[in-house]
Amino acid sequence: MREEIIIRVGAKFLAPFIIMFALYVHFHGDYSPGGGFQAGVILAAAFALLALVYGLEAVQKVLPLWFTRMCAALGVLIFAGVGVVTMLLGHNYLGYNALAPDPTHPEHGQHYGILLVELGVLVTVFGVMVTVFYHFAGRGRSDS
Amino acid sequence: MSTHLPVLQVVVPLLAAPVCALIRNARAAAVIAVLASWATLAIALSLLGDVMSAGVISYALGDWVPPIGIEYRVDIVNAWVLVIVSTIASAVAPYMITSVEDEVERRRIPLFYAAYLLCLCGLLGITVTGDVFNVFVFLEISSLSAYALIAMGTRRRALTAAFRYLVMGSVGATFIVIGIGLLYVMTGSLNMADLAVLLPEVWDSRTVKVAYGFLGVGFCLKLALFPLHLWLPNAYAFAPSAVTAFMASTATKVAVYMLLRFFLTIFGAPFSFGVMALDRVLLPLALVAIVSMSLVAIFQVDVKRLLAYSSVAQIGYMVLGLSFASVTGLTATLLHLFNHALMKGALFMAMGCVVYRIGSVHIDAMAGLGKRMPWTMAAFVLGGLSLVGVPLTVGFVSKWFLILGALERGWWPVAVIVLLASVLALVYVWRVVEAAYFRPYEGDEGVGVEAPWRLLVPTWALVGANLYFGINAVRTAQVAERAAEVLMTGVGP
Repeated sequence: MREEIIIRVGAKFLAPFIIMFALYVHFHGDYSPGGGFQAGVILAAAFALLALVYGLEAVQKVLPLWFTRMCAALGVLIFAGVGVVTMLLGHNYLGYNALAPDPTHPEHGQHYGILLVELGVLVTVFGVMVTVFYHFAGRGRSDS
Repeated sequence: MSTHLPVLQVVVPLLAAPVCALIRNARAAAVIAVLASWATLAIALSLLGDVMSAGVISYALGDWVPPIGIEYRVDIVNAWVLVIVSTIASAVAPYMITSVEDEVERRRIPLFYAAYLLCLCGLLGITVTGDVFNVFVFLEISSLSAYALIAMGTRRRALTAAFRYLVMGSVGATFIVIGIGLLYVMTGSLNMADLAVLLPEVWDSRTVKVAYGFLGVGFCLKLALFPLHLWLPNAYAFAPSAVTAFMASTATKVAVYMLLRFFLTIFGAPFSFGVMALDRVLLPLALVAIVSMSLVAIFQVDVKRLLAYSSVAQIGYMVLGLSFASVTGLTATLLHLFNHALMKGALFMAMGCVVYRIGSVHIDAMAGLGKRMPWTMAAFVLGGLSLVGVPLTVGFVSKWFLILGALERGWWPVAVIVLLASVLALVYVWRVVEAAYFRPYEGDEGVGVEAPWRLLVPTWALVGANLYFGINAVRTAQVAERAAEVLMTGVGP
């Protein structure tokens, strides 16, 4: 597909919009369908598309394997870390009310809490999806 | 901070796992894994102490009041299982450092520790939670990481063993989630204590009975009860030694705990024994497991497989205690959870020492090992005696309560079978002892190849526990008995 000019330009054109849409799905996850998981998959799809058109090596220059692997672990750390932060702020584990900027409206904390936790989900799902894609796409070549 | 102990029990290994994966340094990851394991033991012991003195501890996750939110609920039963799992983790984790360096590819070691910590997190999570869907989530965490751990075995057959376990384990997990779904449909609740209150109203419905069936088959797959045990021998035989020691002493125990928790706390003893006749279903299966798997174990030439089949037989003992439908029987089950974890942990760790030096656990490779690895084989002999049920070992304590339970019901043939199976255990342990002590070593004379102290110390710690709790069983029996009473009476008002 590397010689097809329409596909090359099309992929380049679409990729930023796919990434944008992933962020939209993430930030609207708390009051519309979506959330970290879906956003992570969509984000990974953007890079899968680029890899299909421009080749694995080109994409791995931008998004190396070590980075996606790190993302997979980092997301779990973000998720569990948010819980620890709320605990240190004197609430129960994952008690998002602790995160409210204005103590007179503790329920606003729920909004920030769920976005942060879902960010962890996004990072892990993105990391795992791209890592799995790299491994399947790289099969049969000299060992990665 | 002490009010957060129930959740910290899960969060400590959960946080340690990604850190291990991120640092990518084998030694540092090992240190983190050991420290996290010890922390879970400290938390579990402190929880058990609190529960013994102050009663049930409830923790509302995310400040959402149960039954709406997820509740972590610790009573004597799960505090006891938490102690079992974290004790084994604390003994196996330091053992892993040396054993895993030898058996697992170097670049994979940090990921190995991450998987181990996730598995520990899952097992502890299943135990600590008071929410049935949360049980399923943690079950998946522990199972998926277990498949990865088993697949890291040195021989290529570890991959097929792990895949087979994955297929069977997934079927089990699916059945469990179907059962949970049906319960949710009938009651609209996922909270265990809440379900226990709501379920008696809908006992008669076929949906609840079908849910019971799905859950039963799912748990029995996970705990490897006799006809559903086929995944277990290969998984244990081909996994890295430290993983076998860890899994054999914890994973099936937690599955037994799930069975007890669902069928006695949630459905309640009157429903399980009165309506569903659980005791009459489990009794024959347990007896067949005890006798047939002990016989199969006798004919194994791979000692790890031998011990794996012995594990399936020992699971039979645990289920047998449940099928007595009495406090004494359940005491035997709960005691054997702990005792079997100690003995199988010690035995598999001794085999890990043999793998480290000899590279094989074939029974012929054991020839003359009694002289060449005296400490390792002495550990094996003491663990084996415990398995047989010789007085002054923990095995005796379990069998004592089991036979007591059988006689209490007037089922003396069952007591005879238990004693007979002990003789079978003696036969398969003896085969290894015979090879190690009475067959000459064919090779260079006078070569001592004793395992390094870094492997021997954790192994002997468990052997010591076998003897200590065999001689002084008052404390363990007390906890197990109180836990059995809690299970038989249900959650109460």
